[in-house]
Amino acid sequence: MIEAELSRSVARWCPGATGVTGAAKLSGGASQETWRFDIVHPDGPIGAILRRSPKGYGAAPTRAAGLGAEAQLMQLAYEAGVPSPRVMHVLTPEDELGTGFIMQRVEGETIARKILRDEEYAAARPLLARQIGGILAGLHRLPQDKLPALRSRGATQEIGEFERDYRSLNWPKPVFELALRWLRDHDPGPAAETTLVHGDFRNGNLIIGSDGVRAVLDWELAHLGDPMEDLGWVCVNSWRFGEIDKPVGGFGTREELFAGYEAAGRKVDPARVKFWEVMGTLRWGIMCGGMMQRFREGPDHSMERAMIGRRASETEIDLLRLLAPRGS
Amino acid sequence: MQDEPTPIELTKAVADFLRSDITPLISGHQAFKLRVAINILELVTRQLTREKESDAAEVERLRTLLGIDGSVTELNRALAERIAQGEVDLTTPGLAEHLWATTMDKLAVDQPNYASYKRELSRGG
Repeated sequence: MIEAELSRSVARWCPGATGVTGAAKLSGGASQETWRFDIVHPDGPIGAILRRSPKGYGAAPTRAAGLGAEAQLMQLAYEAGVPSPRVMHVLTPEDELGTGFIMQRVEGETIARKILRDEEYAAARPLLARQIGGILAGLHRLPQDKLPALRSRGATQEIGEFERDYRSLNWPKPVFELALRWLRDHDPGPAAETTLVHGDFRNGNLIIGSDGVRAVLDWELAHLGDPMEDLGWVCVNSWRFGEIDKPVGGFGTREELFAGYEAAGRKVDPARVKFWEVMGTLRWGIMCGGMMQRFREGPDHSMERAMIGRRASETEIDLLRLLAPRGS
Repeated sequence: MQDEPTPIELTKAVADFLRSDITPLISGHQAFKLRVAINILELVTRQLTREKESDAAEVERLRTLLGIDGSVTELNRALAERIAQGEVDLTTPGLAEHLWATTMDKLAVDQPNYASYKRELSRGG
């Protein structure tokens, strides 16, 4: 059914397109969906992705930048040479597809465990940590006068926000309290330079091929803030998928990440990166608690959501390894 | 006293049935959901097996650390408050050891295959 609307849409903005085939939903919550499809074209099929909020679901969650901003950021990144899908079309009311955008489909793998284990990526893996450093440097240099309106968040505000989220769960966790104390004691204050921050740059949100990173996805948590936040988040143990001795997404070392970042002409502050890694670990732990709460109270009474509540303890052991390491 | 089999034995029997008899019959998203269901039953089995002993040890440590008595929930709440107020921190004798022991007991139930847990376990629990 969505193919009819997509066919009418592509006919308007893709010269030569005669329709679409193979529309399939890849993921979707109540408010946001991702579809893949092929545009039928005399020169051969064009792989495409639709990201949209269906009609009637306009409101984005408070932390999200919104699909319009996401499209703008991806296009800016694409133009600046940061690996990103090309945005082909931003939805208009006459598309009758809700709000969102259509982008070029980039072939490759996003499933972290496959990227870390499959032979196909073996040659790329040792290069990824350094490459990610270079990509983040490019992302943090995107021209600020061209950015869409984004929320602005520094370290101090984030601590306050996470503390509020945690307290609202009424879920006394001594390890989380310890992490909150540590964060307050080590709050680095405002960054020397405020830049665009991707906000969810990690293994799982990158399309990777045998040649390395092909695209950075999921810009919905983009904001203005401390660029070191992205470097810390990509190192959070939850995104190493078992490869715990390779902090950068299970691919490589912090030194490689930092070298790639600095080779691209930007400066790293390792103490700030550590601060954001602790913050990120706590952030994921509190999000696990939020999922548990939605399982209990909300419409999503799924087993998967329930089990994510039981993953908070993973962040507790990781916080202890960061803040109270035992002798080796 | 309730009759037997015990909840541990019953839960395990259901998990075994789902794994051996149902898993081969289904595929796709339903197979994924089934794996989650089996994981849940295995978690419940681990908790039923370990919880009584680990809670008792946790309460003992908390009583020593805080100098008060209470249920495991009450004592955890009290510890959380004292850390929040800065009355207890990592320089407090016994706090780091307590948090490590408690966290290891949780991982043993929640995610015994989590790499950080296996690493710490190899250090001697």
